[in-house]
Amino acid sequence: MKQMIFENRFSREWQEFEDLVNSLETSAKSKGKIDSKMQATFVKRYRRLCHYLSLAKERGYSQFLTDYLNELVIRGHAQLYHHKPTGLSKIAQFFLHDFPSRVRGEMKFVIMAGLLFFLPVFLACGIIHLYPDSIYLVFDPGDVTNFEAMYENSSSIRAGRNADDNFSMFGFYIFNNIGIGFRCFAGGILFGLGSVFFLVYNGIIIGSVAGHMIDPKFASTFYSFIIGHGAFELTAIVLSGAAGLKLGASLLSPGRLRRIDALKHSARVSIRLVYGVIAMLVIAAFIEAFWSSSSTLSLVSKFAVGGGFWILVMVYFMGLGRADGSQQY
Amino acid sequence: MIDTLLTFETPEGIDLNFEVAGPLVRILAYMIDIVIQGVIIIILSIITQYLDKLGVGLWLLCAFLLQWFFPVYFEVFHNGETPGKKAMKIRVVNDDGTPINYSASVIRNLLRAVDFLPGSYAIGLVSMVISPGFKRLGDIAAGTVVIYSHRKTDRPRIPSDRSRNSPFPLKFEEQQTVLGFAERSTLLSGERRVELAEILSPITGQKGEQAIEEIHQIANGLRGNR
Repeated sequence: MKQMIFENRFSREWQEFEDLVNSLETSAKSKGKIDSKMQATFVKRYRRLCHYLSLAKERGYSQFLTDYLNELVIRGHAQLYHHKPTGLSKIAQFFLHDFPSRVRGEMKFVIMAGLLFFLPVFLACGIIHLYPDSIYLVFDPGDVTNFEAMYENSSSIRAGRNADDNFSMFGFYIFNNIGIGFRCFAGGILFGLGSVFFLVYNGIIIGSVAGHMIDPKFASTFYSFIIGHGAFELTAIVLSGAAGLKLGASLLSPGRLRRIDALKHSARVSIRLVYGVIAMLVIAAFIEAFWSSSSTLSLVSKFAVGGGFWILVMVYFMGLGRADGSQQY
Repeated sequence: MIDTLLTFETPEGIDLNFEVAGPLVRILAYMIDIVIQGVIIIILSIITQYLDKLGVGLWLLCAFLLQWFFPVYFEVFHNGETPGKKAMKIRVVNDDGTPINYSASVIRNLLRAVDFLPGSYAIGLVSMVISPGFKRLGDIAAGTVVIYSHRKTDRPRIPSDRSRNSPFPLKFEEQQTVLGFAERSTLLSGERRVELAEILSPITGQKGEQAIEEIHQIANGLRGNR
């Protein structure tokens, strides 16, 4: 069949399909506007169009015709295989079930990340406590005075921050901490080295500050301040590092898959960990900004609540999401 | 034909071609996006100045969202096109041809942090140049690819009214070549048209404009134009 005859015979059908795809693309949210009979014929029309495309290629029709049909098929393909957006109930299921069981499933990465983070924390804390001057290996003297000023017993922290300050600190914590979490995760693609680096680096920083603050001048203020959100924030950093390590591991030891496929697969799995990390860091920022600096609560109650949060986090990750008997973890 | 096409096979058993967007277009799109983000930040700064500390908090929140999630919003809800990409007529899709989904968009945008190292997207650019689909690390991990958006392709008329059969049977590639020349001749400059048509002078025995006309007529014959 010559090209002109082919075009003359079928171009009306192609035009109808193009109109159908146009209306699907533009009124994606209000599909009621499309004639339901036309919609019902979509799949059949799409298959016929695929057939026309392969005919055109096979018979060697002109490139422009093939490109035109190729474009139509691509648009039809996009409509037919469109992924459905996640509903709200899925979000609830994620937090109540998927997230904790996913964390348990990646336990070896979580433990590795935990060690990479907490060992530097305790080491730095201990070293700085025993050799106070070594704080200046980690920080400039200017920075040290800054955070000392924040936590001194007589400082404004004790007097409590006002609401405006709280909100600005909330913004800061979101900006800073979630960024750290993301970098811990993203660094994993460099064969895990980026995550290792960020975990150890942040561990040293946090441990150094903690070690310096053991000094009685600051201790009660500082520790009561951080105990509240520590459960969420530290766990979240460890989890984001674990997600990054998983990425790196898939590149280093892809098993039976090609490295690229192993990477894609593990990225899709570990990004779910990151969603949970974001939620935890938002909670931590909330607590840190609006609650930790409150002066109306006694130290004892702050420590009690902080300890309670740690227990809560442990129970959440160890206990939730086990109801489904078919899960291995 | 030399082209930057990525082919994948659909479940219906046909091969679809995507034209993949190279680093240069993506850089231009990115720069447009950066400018837009910069404008938003400036407006934000002006507004939050009047809100003191509350403003600082708001600014930081918005800066955070803008930094990491500005592209995610556009990719998921605007068909894979951020404003910069829309201007350059490219978009992001999954590499199986389906529109980008939420997870993939978040993955590729979080991994920007690594693509950016050690500065100005050096790792990302190296990755784009090496990978067969011009993918940066974020694209590789998320399984996405940046392609040229569908463009309205008019089916061009061949600028000749007469048709004739070719002097001898043409092979498949030769037919494609003749058709391709005839359909694209309006896009070429006059001298270039003559130059190309005269490659066939030994066969057609014509020179100059006549050579072009000759090829057009053969193309018409191939297409079945009467």
